[in-house]
Amino acid sequence: MNHDELERIAGAERTAAKPAEIRCCTSSGCRASGSADVLKQLKAAVQAKGLSDRVAAVGVGCPGLCSAGPVVSTHPGGAVFGKVTSGHADGIVSTLSGGSTDAVRIDPNQPFFAKQFRIVRATVGQIDPERIESYIAADGYAGLYQALQQRPDEIVANVTASGLRGRGGAGYPTGLKWATVAKMPPGQKYVICNGDEGDPGAFMDRSVMEDAPHQVLEGMAIAAYAVGANQGYVYVRAEYPLAIERLQAAIHQATKAGVLGGNIFQTPFEFKVEIRIGAGAFVCGEETALIASVQGLRGTPRPRPPYPAESGLWDRPTLINNVETFATIPAILRNGANWFAGIGTATSKGTKIFSLTGKVKNAGLVEVPMGTTLREVVEQLGGGTADGRAVKAVQTGGPSGGCIPADLLDTPIDYESLGRIGSIMGSGGMIVMDDTDRMPEVARFFMEFCADESCGKCVPCRVGTVQLHGLLTKLVEKRATRHDLDLLIELCHFVKDTSLCGLGQSAPNPVLSTLRYFAGEYEALLQPEEFARPPRRSAIPLTVL
Amino acid sequence: MAVVTLTIDDKPVSARAGDSVLAAAREAGIRIPTLCHLDGVSEAAACRLCLVQVEGRGRLQAACVTETAEGMIVRTQTDTLREYRRMILELLFTEGNHVCAVCVANGNCELQSLAAELGMDHVRYPYLNPARPVDVTHKQYAIDHNRCILCTRCVRTCDEIEGAHTWDVAGRGTLSHIVADMGQPWGESVTCTSCGKCVQACPTGALFRQGSTVAEMTKDREKLGDLVTARRDKKWTV
Amino acid sequence: MDRVKLATVWLGGCSGCHMSFLDMDEWLIDLAPRIDLVYSPLADVKEYPDGVDVALVEGAVANEENRHMAKVIRRRSKVVVSFGDCAVSGNVTAMRNPLGKSLEVLRTSYLLESAGTNPRLPDDREIVPVLLDKVLPLHAVIPVDHHLPGCPPPAARIRAIVEDLLAARTPIRTADQIRFG
Repeated sequence: MNHDELERIAGAERTAAKPAEIRCCTSSGCRASGSADVLKQLKAAVQAKGLSDRVAAVGVGCPGLCSAGPVVSTHPGGAVFGKVTSGHADGIVSTLSGGSTDAVRIDPNQPFFAKQFRIVRATVGQIDPERIESYIAADGYAGLYQALQQRPDEIVANVTASGLRGRGGAGYPTGLKWATVAKMPPGQKYVICNGDEGDPGAFMDRSVMEDAPHQVLEGMAIAAYAVGANQGYVYVRAEYPLAIERLQAAIHQATKAGVLGGNIFQTPFEFKVEIRIGAGAFVCGEETALIASVQGLRGTPRPRPPYPAESGLWDRPTLINNVETFATIPAILRNGANWFAGIGTATSKGTKIFSLTGKVKNAGLVEVPMGTTLREVVEQLGGGTADGRAVKAVQTGGPSGGCIPADLLDTPIDYESLGRIGSIMGSGGMIVMDDTDRMPEVARFFMEFCADESCGKCVPCRVGTVQLHGLLTKLVEKRATRHDLDLLIELCHFVKDTSLCGLGQSAPNPVLSTLRYFAGEYEALLQPEEFARPPRRSAIPLTVL
Repeated sequence: MAVVTLTIDDKPVSARAGDSVLAAAREAGIRIPTLCHLDGVSEAAACRLCLVQVEGRGRLQAACVTETAEGMIVRTQTDTLREYRRMILELLFTEGNHVCAVCVANGNCELQSLAAELGMDHVRYPYLNPARPVDVTHKQYAIDHNRCILCTRCVRTCDEIEGAHTWDVAGRGTLSHIVADMGQPWGESVTCTSCGKCVQACPTGALFRQGSTVAEMTKDREKLGDLVTARRDKKWTV
Repeated sequence: MDRVKLATVWLGGCSGCHMSFLDMDEWLIDLAPRIDLVYSPLADVKEYPDGVDVALVEGAVANEENRHMAKVIRRRSKVVVSFGDCAVSGNVTAMRNPLGKSLEVLRTSYLLESAGTNPRLPDDREIVPVLLDKVLPLHAVIPVDHHLPGCPPPAARIRAIVEDLLAARTPIRTADQIRFG
């Protein structure tokens, strides 16, 4: 593979494109509501109408509006149809020649689409995720080619200058992480892509892996070149079979095309990628547990330092980034660090994908610039609640995050602002709640999740989460007193301060943030004490800020 | 050999570079409570009892895996740390079925001693009272899961000192439990050498010699550390 | 000086703590003039009286009668002490908890494990108090002022806390005073 060949493939792909295209989402969301059948019928309808030379019915990645799935769009024109069934196929095909259809039309200019700014998902919904040619025609692997024309340290400097921060949740500066691995003495190094997305209600990374698998691989290859690694692993949870299938196909295609494997772009750079499939443990999203799992060990975290950048997979320097982080890299290489740094806020650059779920009208995936307010995302892109009830709170960051009350919805989305109000950016789950949702029950749900998913290694998380869940249950069932509430708060601080890894350290967040903003709901559940109690004596404060 | 000096509980302490805070404190006669630490095997940093406050670090640090550094200021006895340590013990007591009065290790149990030492005179959380089995299939030894605190000292001892790796952990969360080989009864394990080191390593009465009754199971934990030192330094006599 | 009104109570336990109390031997003679033993298995009193200064409560809360009694004690006593491991933690009395709820415990005990010639569940509620589904430590039912672990607490340990309470001092809680088992 060389640059000319890349151009040739892209050119051939563009030439082969038919004048009109009917695109049908074939990713998990729409697939679950029958899009595979719809695509089959669309293809049949094109054939039956003798339009095969002018119209192509193709499967594409997720256009984002999952709540309207299966979603089909026609091009040119850009008409979008939702809740499409195979019965609609004929009608949709006929619209290309002036016909009509009774399929539900979706306004392609509504805020849900118009207000997005797509970098990571730029090609998603337009290209066929199962064909490398389709990706190359959309400038795919041009970023890798450009990277290989530079010195590794230039790339690290570039990524640092872009201001990109880790999209897995903690927001660690990506360039700094790369620099650390790059500075480790030469020798065996690894690159790992963390695709173990496990937060309830989060499916950003699933979509990126399903819909832009080559983009993830390209980002990994650029990273490998920059830090001096020759072997990569994509760690994907077993619950994402389609992502695994498409990544596997993408690795195969990319290796065959010479953009992975040996002598990439006819340089000495070599980079192989393998997939490792998780066995269903949430904690394996924690990097040290993930590394243990890749090594075939029990997926439990270990104390850091040493950080994986110094001593990771098989004790070698290891760069581990999240799916979305890697998928952002090719665009930074193509368009430059300054371009990327010009998007977003002072401390949070670029865009972020969110999966909007819960009581929101437009459920699905949105990519917005950092600094967009929660209100814009929930009310404009999301369209408010489905049945018009008042939005009560938005939960971000999954079981590690917090519930943000409606009156703070004007908070801009960036790492620092969300942290200040007791939540976190997290990986991008955004659950909208309305006035029928009870916050103590929400907190209990997340605590049950954490207790189930605790690996069992350290005492505070293993037992603390179980006791917290018990206290929350007692509260929700109206059996708790003020004394129990004090125990609950005290235990939250304890688990947060003493747990070994991020899972335990952040497990109390949903409780603390709902206590902070919805204390009244907890108070209302309390029962009077049957007997007076001596005053509480403890060094642990009962504050929840 | 490089040496660093640091301050632990207002006391100036010197340590070899690379020593843990725990090792430095012990050498200086400052006691930091531990449960999952065992001389001679690797650290798990799982019990969290040895958490200390290190000036300039936002989070509490496990002394067993925190390297000493020049000028470091460490506090091992703050009100909050004392409270948190008590809470760790309370949680451990609620998790298993620890009935000191009828335990083989009564009087020789680290969990029991620490509860007394750290002032845990009752447990404020409800006891979980799990239904856990007892495995008496081994000819000489037995494991009572009711008394297991999942410190994994047996796992690490078996792996790192005996080299058998008979023990490991299965399940997760509070359902985690110690298993022999692939989960078969201990007596059917093909890797167990019946060396009994795990029994000595166990801080509670979970692993014991069969035939021991209440308070009869004494343990000699120092032997394990001595064995490691002897192997490393080729010094078999003291 | 007014005599301190002392009560000792025997809930779900083996009475070993009371035996240990008697092990205070000759000190009991020193104690006698300073207290009124207003309620105790060692005294013939039917009703738990009002105005008790110090109550030593042995045993866990295992049945409805224990629970009722615990609340009476709390209402009528100034200082309540969990006396021994069963009161403090459930201890041996609570070893039935992992077997399941009360009915499963009764089935296991009377029909399966130790069924004799006439296996039958005890069912006369007028005579035998109904078991709670879960044996509880005393402080899970009522607020407790002091905890005196030990199975049983050695006589010296009992004496130490009683002396402190008689002198209205806060009991010392050193390791040797609070060891379980």
